[in-house]
Amino acid sequence: MLLVVEQFLNGLQFGLLLFLLAAGLTLVFGIMDLVNLAHGSLYMMGAYFAATFAAWTGSFLLGALLALGATLVLGIVLEMTALRHLYGRDHLDHVLATFGLILFFNEAVRLIWGPAGLALPLPAWLTVPVPILPGIHYPAYRLAIIVVALLVALLLYLGVMRTRIGMLIRAGASNREMIGALGINIKLLYTLVFGLGAALAGLAGLMQAPILTVQIGMGENILILAFVIIVIGGIGSIRGAFLAAIFVGMIDTLGRAFLPNLLRQVLSGAAASTAAPALSSMLIYLLMAIVLVVRPEGLFPANRR
Amino acid sequence: MKSFTVSKAVTALMLAGLVLLPLYSQLSGNIFILTLFTRIVILALAAASLNLIMGFGGMMSFGHAAYLGIGGYAVGMLAQEGVGSGFIQFPVALAASATYALVIGALSLRTRGVYFIMITLAFAQMAYYVASGLARYGGDDGLTVYKRSDFSGLINLSNRTQFYYLCLACLFGVVFLIWRIANSRFGLVLQGLRSNEQRMQAIGFPSKRYQLVCFVISGMMCGLAGALLANNTDFVSPAVMYWTRSGDLMVMVILGGMGTLFGPVIGAVVYLLLEEFLSQLTEYWALIMGPMLLLIVLFGRGGIMGLLGRLNRG
Repeated sequence: MLLVVEQFLNGLQFGLLLFLLAAGLTLVFGIMDLVNLAHGSLYMMGAYFAATFAAWTGSFLLGALLALGATLVLGIVLEMTALRHLYGRDHLDHVLATFGLILFFNEAVRLIWGPAGLALPLPAWLTVPVPILPGIHYPAYRLAIIVVALLVALLLYLGVMRTRIGMLIRAGASNREMIGALGINIKLLYTLVFGLGAALAGLAGLMQAPILTVQIGMGENILILAFVIIVIGGIGSIRGAFLAAIFVGMIDTLGRAFLPNLLRQVLSGAAASTAAPALSSMLIYLLMAIVLVVRPEGLFPANRR
Repeated sequence: MKSFTVSKAVTALMLAGLVLLPLYSQLSGNIFILTLFTRIVILALAAASLNLIMGFGGMMSFGHAAYLGIGGYAVGMLAQEGVGSGFIQFPVALAASATYALVIGALSLRTRGVYFIMITLAFAQMAYYVASGLARYGGDDGLTVYKRSDFSGLINLSNRTQFYYLCLACLFGVVFLIWRIANSRFGLVLQGLRSNEQRMQAIGFPSKRYQLVCFVISGMMCGLAGALLANNTDFVSPAVMYWTRSGDLMVMVILGGMGTLFGPVIGAVVYLLLEEFLSQLTEYWALIMGPMLLLIVLFGRGGIMGLLGRLNRG
């Protein structure tokens, strides 16, 4: 029971982190029609910034806030110098150009911070276990991630659905020429959206940093999970990304936790322990394959298609 | 049609260079260059196979490195289990690649555009994780191939020159096959599908079936490259399938010129030589390579082949 609740929460936490990453990706794709592989690099930069700033200031929260601002600025600079020129080009061009950016970021990180990973230590008040149910404790930090990510998701929803900027963003997604003709500064809007996506990726990276090591290439594996989520949820749909992210986070975490035991009941011990790691890492891809067979456009395709 | 063009001259020069390379290596005593070019030729083969689906079929696969791994693991696993004959290893490598391509292709071809790019990427990554989970065959650390494929005296893969010529022959064979495919009725249908799928369907072509067959052929070609690569490095690991490798292959195709016959070969030669050159120059070669890719995408339409073509006209 304890294990089930704990793994359930872990899955939720991982899923919400994935959502932060996937939301930025799907927003940028839905509005600018840009495939950004370097999104994972922004996630990585968020983590590196946080580790550095936290070490400088001596405060975890201050470091996190500074890192968030830094990734926002980095995203805006990146959009203005490089990615702006890719709008309207072929998707293949996006893939190649942003692939080049990944090479650049990984190497730049190696040059600046060195090949060894960094650690981002947590302050004491975040490491205490919190009782969530009678007799069940859960690490405060993971709980904090869940709360922050849910809050951000809510803000994002309200921002996109209820504010003027959000209205412009939605309008830009459905017809960019028209809103340009109506006198909206579409260039600025795009830059803002990209910066927002970058900040979301940075937030995911810096929140994940204390759990995992901050290292080169950390953004790439999780980026592919974000792709899977977007494919399952439907490209350009934030609601789809949210549900798919929770789903994928749960299945991945619960699969890794419980699949070995389940298999052991069916197969012999040796066969189960060989098959389990391979099978549990395949689970989400199998899920994606099933979704594709049933609904090739994803579960919640964005309205414009 | 002009009989002499700059791009033809460059292609002929490069092919002659590839054929004569072992001679140069022998005369100058530079063994390293032969080892380097064996790798280049094998990856050029992989790039050419990717060009078949990307350039002629219009299918942007971002998971082509999976076949390098599947072909490689077919050789490595069989060698580990005591089956050393190349006459078994290579057909198994091709069959395994074809099976994987059939399943992945059937699923991925339900989608198009960006979805296709992302899905092929995700499936290749799945193959990567599966290989990492194969504890019996080295898992993450990879699998050493202690004995190269044995072709019972017909050809000795441990001999550098013979192995190089085998790889080169495979490359030429594959390029020849692609040329035949591109000019066949089948290839023309594929190119028609690339430019307008709806119209082709309206004429009555079952588009998915054509594309799937093309996808499988390309996968088998790349599986061959994988089997050769495992023999070349005497080693196969999940890293061969890592998605950056798929990206490398894509870059080679684009750099050389997508949809041209020899473009991917030129792209592979240039890309890998550039990588070699820059990595000797500085440890942080990717710092230069990355922005260079960005510039190539922004300004270099049509790749090297396109550039040579413009040179000819201007």
